[in-house]
Amino acid sequence: MARDGVFSRWRRTEKFEGMSGLSPSDCHDVHVLAVDDSLVDRKVIERLLKITSCKVTAVDSGRRALQFLGLDEEKSPVGFDGLKVDLIITDYCMPGMTGYELLKKIKGSSTFREVPVVIMSSENVLARIDSCLEEGAEDFIVKPVKLSDVKRLKDYMFGEDPIQGEGKGVNKRKLREACEISSSPSSSPPSISSSSPLSSQSLSSSPSPRSSSPSSPSSLDSPTRRLKMTNCDT
Amino acid sequence: MDVVSQLQRQFLDFTTSLYREGFLDDQFVQLQKLQDESNPEFVIEVVSLFFEDSEKLLNNLSTALQQHIVDYKQVDALVHQFKGSSSSIGAQRVKNVCVSFRNYCEEKNVEGCFRCLQQVKHEYHLVKSRLDALFKLEQQILAAGGSVPMIA
Repeated sequence: MARDGVFSRWRRTEKFEGMSGLSPSDCHDVHVLAVDDSLVDRKVIERLLKITSCKVTAVDSGRRALQFLGLDEEKSPVGFDGLKVDLIITDYCMPGMTGYELLKKIKGSSTFREVPVVIMSSENVLARIDSCLEEGAEDFIVKPVKLSDVKRLKDYMFGEDPIQGEGKGVNKRKLREACEISSSPSSSPPSISSSSPLSSQSLSSSPSPRSSSPSSPSSLDSPTRRLKMTNCDT
Repeated sequence: MDVVSQLQRQFLDFTTSLYREGFLDDQFVQLQKLQDESNPEFVIEVVSLFFEDSEKLLNNLSTALQQHIVDYKQVDALVHQFKGSSSSIGAQRVKNVCVSFRNYCEEKNVEGCFRCLQQVKHEYHLVKSRLDALFKLEQQILAAGGSVPMIA
């Protein structure tokens, strides 16, 4: 995990942008905390995230996730080096603390409630999906997770930067405008195309529709559509 | 046909049959997409983890079903894990048996569970031997100086 500040990472990746052959949907510097009790799934999700140029911290339980974030009540925050977490992706069914319980703890924390949380589950249960989305989950992915799932996630979450870092936001938007081919346009509000650095303001004022409306109408990529397209093997 | 071409032909035929016979599904194709020059062993690594994990799960399942009073919640939890990992690597037939297995757990049907355990062991060993053979073929192609054909 790099300890560089946001600004120096931004410059370094700008330099490498042309050389590394990254696809347009890649965003740099996104740090994802992945939580899954399955070793196989952890390995896969880690690779999926790395291949889309995310930094990944993978842990095997909700408890460890909270420890990493410094939210574990029983331990004082240790070694949290200030590398911020941009996204938390967690399995739903885990022994001990479920992904749902982890979600609630994160949304209950003043420090981390703005961090998007995505739930993964092999069970395509509407009630479960609804309760996660109601609790503030950004999205719900049915396992097994594919590369297209992760790319889609990154596109609509980090194409703009609604959470933090105006510097990062500008960089990502410019990249998207320069290289944009086909990632879901519905998630970017029209004001972005004028690409003023101040439009991070307009981003924070345009709330993400996903956390409150499960049947997000706009795009093919909305969580419930994704579910309908998945084979029903459970 | 030179050695490399023969091996590549063999590899392609074998791979096709694995998909056709339902041993593997699209998720295995997805895993191939995650393998590249920076991570040339990715698929083998994940599958090896799956094998290790599976052996443990199968042992634990055997033990759990041999208990005087079967804890179906525990059995179900184990099968759920097995279903998840097999699904994640594309081991379709194993996954499908797990689905039936979970139904028997819900019904607390011990005979059904035993049958499923035998079945899932059987399917697991079938897919394991096929994947081992597949990886061996890959190694042979690479050793002969060829490249492993990709199935889109």
